[in-house]
Amino acid sequence: MAAIYSLYIINKSGGLIFYKDYGLAGRMDTNDSLRLASLWHSMHAISQQLSPISGCSGIELLEADTFDLHCFQSLTGTKFFVVSEPGTHHMDNLLKHIYELYTDYVLKNPFYEMEMPIRCELFDINLAQAIQKDRVAYLGR
Amino acid sequence: MIGVGKIKQYTNVLDKPLSKGRQEVSLSGFAYLFSELVQYNQTQVDNIGDLERRLEDAGYAVGVRVLELLCHREKGNRRETRLLGILSFVHSTVWKVLFGKVADSLEKGTEHEDEYMISEKELLVNRFISVPKDMGSFNCGAFVAGIVRGVLDNAGFPAVVTAHFVPVDGQQRPRTTILIKFAEEVLRREARLG
Repeated sequence: MAAIYSLYIINKSGGLIFYKDYGLAGRMDTNDSLRLASLWHSMHAISQQLSPISGCSGIELLEADTFDLHCFQSLTGTKFFVVSEPGTHHMDNLLKHIYELYTDYVLKNPFYEMEMPIRCELFDINLAQAIQKDRVAYLGR
Repeated sequence: MIGVGKIKQYTNVLDKPLSKGRQEVSLSGFAYLFSELVQYNQTQVDNIGDLERRLEDAGYAVGVRVLELLCHREKGNRRETRLLGILSFVHSTVWKVLFGKVADSLEKGTEHEDEYMISEKELLVNRFISVPKDMGSFNCGAFVAGIVRGVLDNAGFPAVVTAHFVPVDGQQRPRTTILIKFAEEVLRREARLG
């Protein structure tokens, strides 16, 4: 079983710009994934407002019985989140790595329009490699 | 510099030795600048052919300057006058200064006498670029093709230079080939020189 179920990237206004499924169970159709993305965007914003600590950056980890949701927000407001198996710990590193790939292969690509869905071949290739590597590291432990 | 205390004071700027120049710049910085160059030119054209031509022209201006500088800096104010000489100058000297490495390969075209190819597994300018499917065979290497044309043209070897993606067996990504087609006069002169 893979450690990661799915990966989402949402732009700063809450629109889903990238979605990929890795698990075998619980696939979602396009509408559901869009809904989940904007729901998460709102929840994240509300959590920032409700937090008792000032300067809170929003939810980083949501733990449920059947999955964990790890979220990483970049300084520009783009959010990356993965849904993973409960109890996986190294997800923040993976999210940072995915962010790195995003800055390299998406933002430096002259044919990518900001805030629009990501369709970059090189991003897909490198992402697949990163996930594969992560999976091997996970199974190796 | 060795012996900092002993730097000679040159009174005239022309007496100073030409500096080696900074050897490397930030790859990210370059990638963003190049991306902007492509995006700007995209707003100025209505078809892909024009975009390719504009990128090539931008590269040409670089090529002219690179030839001038490198002949002075590396060759002691001499420049190559023979076909193979200038080709290996482009393949090694120019490539090394621009991209920090020698080009992967330099080959003679098999079908035509006047064609030469410089191939690169992953061209530096294409490192972060994914060309969308609807743009067909467009290659941002047109910029590099322009540089090569600038160097060759000003060294007295007029040529048509184009950049192409060539698929490689067992590789996910195609490599980029810079195809150089020399003008007839160049080959005639070359034959005369023997």
